[in-house]
Amino acid sequence: MRPADLYKHPSSWFGGGTDVLSEVVISSRIRLARNIAGFEFLPCLSPERQQDLQNKLKETLLSLDLGEKVEYVDIDQASDVERILLTERHLISHRHAKGSGPRGVIIAHDEAFTAMLNEEDHLRIQVYAAGLQLHSCWERINRIDDVIEKKLDYAFDSRLGYLTACPTNLGTGIRVSVMLHLPALKMTGHIEKFLHAARDCNLAIRGLFGEGTEAIGDFFQLSNQVTLGVSEKQIVDDFSNQIVPKIIAYEAEARKVLLDKKPQILDDKIQRAIGVLKNAHLISSQEALFLLSNIRLGVNVGRIKDINLATINELFMLTQPAHLQLRAGKMLNADQRDSLRAEIIRTKLNQN
Amino acid sequence: MICQSCKEKTATVHLTEITNGQRSERHLCQECAQQHGLAVKTQIPLNELLSTLLSAGPQAGEGSSSPASDRACPVCGMTLKRFSKETLLGCSHDYEEFGQELMPLIEQTQNGKHQHCGKVPSRRPQEDQKNVALNNLHHQLEAAVKNEDYETAARLRDQIKSYE
Repeated sequence: MRPADLYKHPSSWFGGGTDVLSEVVISSRIRLARNIAGFEFLPCLSPERQQDLQNKLKETLLSLDLGEKVEYVDIDQASDVERILLTERHLISHRHAKGSGPRGVIIAHDEAFTAMLNEEDHLRIQVYAAGLQLHSCWERINRIDDVIEKKLDYAFDSRLGYLTACPTNLGTGIRVSVMLHLPALKMTGHIEKFLHAARDCNLAIRGLFGEGTEAIGDFFQLSNQVTLGVSEKQIVDDFSNQIVPKIIAYEAEARKVLLDKKPQILDDKIQRAIGVLKNAHLISSQEALFLLSNIRLGVNVGRIKDINLATINELFMLTQPAHLQLRAGKMLNADQRDSLRAEIIRTKLNQN
Repeated sequence: MICQSCKEKTATVHLTEITNGQRSERHLCQECAQQHGLAVKTQIPLNELLSTLLSAGPQAGEGSSSPASDRACPVCGMTLKRFSKETLLGCSHDYEEFGQELMPLIEQTQNGKHQHCGKVPSRRPQEDQKNVALNNLHHQLEAAVKNEDYETAARLRDQIKSYE
C-alpha cells in the first residue's frame, strides 16, 4: 500500500452503518498514549535518540502479530500532499504531519488501526470503527496494547499510571471519542442541550479533525478529558451506555420536531442543498461540508430516497484537498480544487 | 445587541427555542447565559492554567524568573518555566522531580483525581499490580455505596481486606 493510492476509495470505518445509531454516530475511535521507559519524552529527546527510538519501535511493532496486515509509512520522508492525505483520512494527526525529525506511522490495511511513532508521545495507537462501536474498539486496541507491552517496557508508575508527555493524558492514556452528526439540534437551536450534557460529563467537544479544529458544519467530535482515576472500561461504558444514547435521543427528538412542525423549512434546506450540489461549478470544501450535511439529514429522515448514505460518505471523503490533488495527479490551486470538487459531486449526484 | 437580562453587556449568546410551535428568541451576554445555566464555560487553555498555577506557588513574586521555575530536571533538563510554555514534560522523572508543583495541576485537569485506576502492563512487578488492583477495588466500592448496592459493597470490602 502506498499512501498516494488511498485517495480512490473512502475509509472502511467512515460512516458505514445503516442503523439509527450510525445515522448520528458516524464513527468511534479509541487511542492510547504510551511512552517507552528509558527514553526522554519528545521535547527533550536528541535527534539521534529519536532515530534510535523510531527504529526500535518500528522493528518491534512490525515483528508482532497486530491482527491485520500492516504497512509502515515514514512521515519525515513523505511528500506534503501525502501527509495531508493521511490527516484527511484521520490516519495521522495534524501535529504528526507538521512535526519534525524521524517519525512514522504504521497503518493496518483496513485503515481502522494505526500507530503513530514519535508523535506527542513515543507511541500513540488508535482504532476506529463505523457507528457506535466503542466496546469492539476497546477490545481490539486492548489486545494490540497487550501484544506490544510484552515486548516493550512502557513508562508506568503505580500511582500515576501510564506516564505521558502532557499531564492531561496521564493515567490510562486513553482518549475515547465519537464523531457525531447533529444537524437537527443545530437547526432547532438546541445544540446547547448537547453542550450542557458534555460539560456535565467532563467531555471535550472538537471539530471534525480533532484537537485544535473548530466544529464546522454540523459535525462534532466528543471525547473524554479525564484520563486519571477512572478505568478504561468505565470510560467506555459511560460513553456507550449513557452519554451517547442521551445525545442521540436529543437529536432524534429535534428531527421529529422538524418533521412534524417545520416540514417546509426542512425540505427547503434539503432541496436547496441538492439544487446547488447538482448544478454548481465551484464549491469550496466548507460549502460542500454544509450542503452534504443537509443531504445526509434528508436521507436519514427519509425525505430523500434516491441517494444513499454511502454516496454521501464517499463524497465527504474524496473531495478533500489532498484527495483531489492525487486524483488530478498534480498540484491544484484553490479555484481548480473548487472546480474539480464541484465536478465530482455534480457527476455523482446526477447519476442517480 | 444588548443583553436582555442585565441590559448592560453585549449579547453574545443567541437562543431560538420552539416550544409548542411558538418560536421565542433570547439574547444574553456570556455571564448572564452562564447564570441561567445556558452557555458553556469556555475551556481554559492548558498553558494559561499552568502559568496561573505555577505563579501562585510559594516562590511566587518574581514571576517567571523565580528559582523554582528555573530548576532543571537532572535527567532531561526540563524546567517548569519551559513546561508552562510548551505544556509537555521532558521525561518520566519530571513527575517525581516536579511532583509538588505538578500535583495541583494534575488534580485540576483530572477532575480532582490523583491515583491511577485501570490497566497495568503485565511486565510490571507484582507490587504494582497489587497497588492498582486495590485502587480499582476502592473505586468500585465507592460506586457501589453510591448506588446503594450494599451486597456488592460488602463483597468488595472483603476483597480489599484480603489484599491488605
